[in-house]
Amino acid sequence: MRTPRPAPRESATFDREALAEIRRAAATGIYDIRGAGAKRKLPHFDDLLFLGASISRYPLEGYRERCETGVVLGARHAKKPIALRIPITIAGMSFGSLSAQAKEALGRGASLAGTSTTTGDGGMTQEEREHSKTLVYQYLPSRYGMNPDDLRAADAIEIVIGQGAKPGGGGMLLGQKVNRRVAAMRTLPPGIDQRSACRHPDWTGPDDLEIKILELREITDWQKPIYVKVGASRPYYDTALAAKSGADVVVLDGMQGGTAATQTVFIEHVGLPILAAIRPAVQALQDLGLHRTVQLIVSGGIRNGADVAKALALGADAVSIGTAALVALGDNEPCYEAEYAAMGTHAGAYDAWHEGRDPAGITTQDPDLASRLDPVLGGRRLANFLAVLTLETQTIARACGKSHIHNLEPEDLVALTVEAAAMARVPLAGTSWIPGQ
Amino acid sequence: MSVVTIDLAEHPTRYLNSTLHGLRADTNQSFWRVLNPRGKHALAAGVQAPVRVEIAGHAGYFCAGMNKCATVVIEGNAGNGVAENMMSGRVIVQGDASAAAGASAHGGLLVICGNAASRCGISMKGVDIVVGGNIGHMSAFMAQAGTLTVLGDAGDNLGDSIYEAEIFVRGTVASLGSDCLEKPMRTEHVSALAGRLREAGFEQADPAAFRRYGSARQLYHFHPDNAGAY
Repeated sequence: MRTPRPAPRESATFDREALAEIRRAAATGIYDIRGAGAKRKLPHFDDLLFLGASISRYPLEGYRERCETGVVLGARHAKKPIALRIPITIAGMSFGSLSAQAKEALGRGASLAGTSTTTGDGGMTQEEREHSKTLVYQYLPSRYGMNPDDLRAADAIEIVIGQGAKPGGGGMLLGQKVNRRVAAMRTLPPGIDQRSACRHPDWTGPDDLEIKILELREITDWQKPIYVKVGASRPYYDTALAAKSGADVVVLDGMQGGTAATQTVFIEHVGLPILAAIRPAVQALQDLGLHRTVQLIVSGGIRNGADVAKALALGADAVSIGTAALVALGDNEPCYEAEYAAMGTHAGAYDAWHEGRDPAGITTQDPDLASRLDPVLGGRRLANFLAVLTLETQTIARACGKSHIHNLEPEDLVALTVEAAAMARVPLAGTSWIPGQ
Repeated sequence: MSVVTIDLAEHPTRYLNSTLHGLRADTNQSFWRVLNPRGKHALAAGVQAPVRVEIAGHAGYFCAGMNKCATVVIEGNAGNGVAENMMSGRVIVQGDASAAAGASAHGGLLVICGNAASRCGISMKGVDIVVGGNIGHMSAFMAQAGTLTVLGDAGDNLGDSIYEAEIFVRGTVASLGSDCLEKPMRTEHVSALAGRLREAGFEQADPAAFRRYGSARQLYHFHPDNAGAY
């Protein structure tokens, strides 16, 4: 009889994914680039629960008693603040990373739902201005396509310092998506890899930011709300400095927020999950006496009305969606399974948004692929999705007895894990314990 | 043609800019004098009419930012980002300019009679910049299109990561940045440069005395072999 040998054992540290990445790196000599946001398991809104009404507080009647959803953004300094019907906006995504059809669909859907959409790196296209009732113009480090006429044609201006997928990193648009129209908008030769700047060319630091905001206000005659967008990394100080610099609105993007193309190591290892970032940001505004005066928009992993309600309960004034909006348009649809398989992936895992071969016609500049996306139908689907997010948020708010979804508060929440309790600063479920307090 | 005067000792910057923004392309009020600028920021920013605005002194950050069509003359020094993102028109700094002059500007002509600090012409996208004196380090960083002409010397890392912009320097270059190299100065370059020098009021400068720099185009596509260049 042979001596029994130990069962084959794979390493938890050197797991199959880690081994595959080592082999890929050894074979190619270059880091992996992909789209989307962090895919690792992170503390998230799923780790929170609402308590609902009980003997000590009463709920509102579903379908009968009103639960308001409107939000006004930018009343701090702007002569023309933005009034949205729902506090769920569409995040900045560029024409270039997305097809013209996708940008049009986002504009149509947002307009139907009574909310705003946002431009991206590369500037404003006529299509998106025409189809977006309320359009936020991103002012980015690269200044690709930055045109003062577009600035004046926008309804608000968003100064982008960073984004959740890559705080501290610039944009990337690889050559295969840089067709003639995209190249012309960005004043660069077609087909080259576009690595956008990560810092603004003409200012650095919070004192300069204040002067930059002043310049943008002067150029637009103090009419437009000015947002400042940051990736979640030091949310207390970034929010405080943005507010101190004169921002009307702070946009805070967690590491689950998507990108068109970035190094995987960046996406997975830099920044904070949005759950950990909201309370410090709200705290900063409260410490300055500016909570609800400077609005806070949070993003990064918002998927359903429960996520919206939880973000609002933690103190945000609105949320922003990007990845979920693309999925509503048809990104990663199982109907394209054969085409995903041909690219070595499957529906639900497709993230090669930088390659421009999206079978759903969204993250592509290929005319044939892009023509698969019907902007009218896509817009309808996005509007439907936004309606469901709103209804779900209202359902939860009514159950907590709130006549406006902004009346949701941390007291309505408990956490399922110690980590989430510490990050969201709400008690661990069934206890009165908030770690760290 | 009458001269309209706005005294910033009496009016806020907001009054100056909103007044200038209200001018139509066919306005008769085409000559403006701005008194007591005292280094204020964003002076004459966002003007869109073909008017002449003279600023009688020093200007702060972002003077003539995003200018279209107007001629803005700064009779002193200019702070950071003068004529940033200019689209057309001309901006003339009679003194020195601080960092990031002409940053990301898409068109028009920026003339700096004195020196320009670091990052002059950073990210430029089509503007013509002419500097009578020297320029600081990292000038024309990531410059995409347009020309940067320097009658004096250039600091370190000139033209780092440059795209299709062109640089002309008459004096010395402390060092070139990644992917920037000297290119031959052919007849067409000399003749185009002569035109720009004339336009900028430096017709006495000999265009043949300049050297030309531009992109080696080796970093247009990311390749692991170039990793050391970043």
